[in-house]
Amino acid sequence: MPWHRKHLLTIEDLSRAEIEQLLATAGAFRRILDRKVKKVPALRGKTIVNFFLEPSTRTRISFEMAAKLLSADVISFDAATSSTSKGETLRDTAQNIQALNADMIVLRHSASGSPLYLSRVLDIPVINAGDGAHEHPTQALLDVFTMREKLGDLQGRKVVILGDILFSRVARSNIHALTKLGADVTIVGPSTLVPHWFEAMGVKVSHNLRSALADADVVMLLRIQHERQASSHFPSLGEYTSMFGLNKTRAGWLKPDAIIMHPGPINRGVEIDSDLADSPRSVILQQVTNGIAVRMAALYLCAGGQPEAVLTPA
Amino acid sequence: MPAFLIIKNGRVIDPASKRDKVGDVFIADGKFVAGLTAAQKKKARTIDARGLVVCPGLVDIHVHFREPGQTHKETILTGSHAAAAGGFTTVVCMPNTSPVADNAGTIELINNAARKAAVHVYPTGCITVGMKGQQLAPHGSLKKAGVVAITDDGLCVESNELMRRAVEYAKMFDLTVLDHCQDESLTKGAVMNEGTVSTRLGLRGWPHAAEDIIVARNIILSAYSGAHIHMQHISSAMSVELVRRAKKDGINVTAEATPHHIALTEEALGTYDTNFKMNPPLRTEKDRRAIIAGLKDGALDCIGTDHAPHTPDEKDREFDYAPNGITGLETALPVCLDVLVRQNKFKLPYVIDLLTRRAAAILKLPAGTLAPGAAADVCIFDPAATWTYDAKQGFSKSLNSPWSGQKMTGRVQTTIVDGRIVFAAGKIV
Repeated sequence: MPWHRKHLLTIEDLSRAEIEQLLATAGAFRRILDRKVKKVPALRGKTIVNFFLEPSTRTRISFEMAAKLLSADVISFDAATSSTSKGETLRDTAQNIQALNADMIVLRHSASGSPLYLSRVLDIPVINAGDGAHEHPTQALLDVFTMREKLGDLQGRKVVILGDILFSRVARSNIHALTKLGADVTIVGPSTLVPHWFEAMGVKVSHNLRSALADADVVMLLRIQHERQASSHFPSLGEYTSMFGLNKTRAGWLKPDAIIMHPGPINRGVEIDSDLADSPRSVILQQVTNGIAVRMAALYLCAGGQPEAVLTPA
Repeated sequence: MPAFLIIKNGRVIDPASKRDKVGDVFIADGKFVAGLTAAQKKKARTIDARGLVVCPGLVDIHVHFREPGQTHKETILTGSHAAAAGGFTTVVCMPNTSPVADNAGTIELINNAARKAAVHVYPTGCITVGMKGQQLAPHGSLKKAGVVAITDDGLCVESNELMRRAVEYAKMFDLTVLDHCQDESLTKGAVMNEGTVSTRLGLRGWPHAAEDIIVARNIILSAYSGAHIHMQHISSAMSVELVRRAKKDGINVTAEATPHHIALTEEALGTYDTNFKMNPPLRTEKDRRAIIAGLKDGALDCIGTDHAPHTPDEKDREFDYAPNGITGLETALPVCLDVLVRQNKFKLPYVIDLLTRRAAAILKLPAGTLAPGAAADVCIFDPAATWTYDAKQGFSKSLNSPWSGQKMTGRVQTTIVDGRIVFAAGKIV
């Protein structure tokens, strides 16, 4: 099946087959990452602009790395250095980037729906690198890629997403990706950050950590996003840690082969104890490495590349 | 323009005088009359209304005409043209202009512009100085300057104490307080209804509880003070029920519904289209149905459009950053005909009542009837005409309508104000 999507805006839009294609393509690029010479010429001559209107370390570097390994030229800039601080609208800034001959835009924005908006006003592909509390598609793809690496098929697998779900785009994209791939998803955390509305997205909502962890194959921790919250969502980080932080005792409730994931940045001692973050069951850094491959796949496919070309190299 | 006008053979619907019959309407010197003499008839201009509905000019007690200060969005003149094109002959302007209408001078400015408008334009004044919710605005001077109500529309009077004093004080001048019911502590950063759709879209939710709490507060304050409080643009099922119960208890409250809250739900926001962003937000199907039921049983009193123009540049933004509001005057009648008459089997005269007499009665405006002696304000429309609404071809200065490009059934043919044709055959006269 050929790939014909120009933008990668959400996981919600993708069919299961498209997710499989992205993951398979990422798999091919992942193997390249283990080679001595990691660079491939797939996007030579293309210019990719990373347009980040919200702080980011991992995602931005990961996208830059992915673009460079595909031999694209990459320019990254953020809110502080862009004309948005001079009152230029998103549309105008983006149209200027396009007029400067960019072939693709990777957008990180605090306002949900901005990548969709941009995809309507630009002719070039738009890749969503996280929009508000909406979606973070490449994060979810790298998460399921990593889960598959560890667990194989995700059909019927139990995934617990623990933490601040309400404000999390990572949670939303993962919910879409995991349910499409047949996993059972339970979201856990304080009732104020894990509202029952999420049930409509096909997941279980729980506030009982012990029973949720008991049969989990994966526990994915999310950071408490204090910057997005009103003070009323929970009493304190200390209370959060005491009720929902993953420590040794609670990790003992997990099955022995269950894995621990985190999209980062992690707050050690808040949502996860250092011991666990650094333990063998933690795949946090493997997620980061896999992120490069997944983003290579996203950039490659949306730039017009076809999965077959990398899956069956000549 | 001849001083005599005969509107012949239309279906004449005047809920105020319980009239619904094919017949003629006579106008002399800007007023309705029971008939014309033979000599007058000879001089009269005749409008053939065969197959059309002839009803009182529509009344909208909730519009934003943006003058003074935001005339890039709308002016009193362009707003009045949109009103006339939509069959409205009387509108009440909200005071959230720039500067806000919290003093007699600003009201005078508005009244001066209103004199050149195509329809009757009445101003409202602010409840509080600067709409800041801290100190009462001079309601007495505002009344003398000509306001027909007071409101901080767009903002809710948060302080219960201040709201209590406002309604008690305004009552002295027989001024109704119109309240935008929103507990803002519950809606920080909110851009749409809170629920499954906001959760999926990752947008901050505005829980209907924030409206319900203030509706309940206002009911309590009205019961306590005896003052009339009018709840603007009710959007939640629970608020409808609260008002219904209050009315049963004889409490002096009224409430309005917008065309968009009876026609649309939060499901329309799936593509982050800012032309569906307004405050209060579109809610669920359950809320939509409850509002329609409220209009049917009288829990809600009238339709008000909350016509809120914003320029394309202002709306062409990230959803979070776009301003709230949509235009509504040019689409209100066909939308109400579709939702209320066709989909929900309301009787046409009742829907006209909601758009005329009942709206006027809330603020005791001299409008909403074809009775002899009344100002000759008329809306003549073809209930069966189908057309496509294109905001770009419209009369508002702004284009922010969720219905642009949509097929409409029911179209205004002629609008008459004080016996003068102001809109006919698609053109402002």
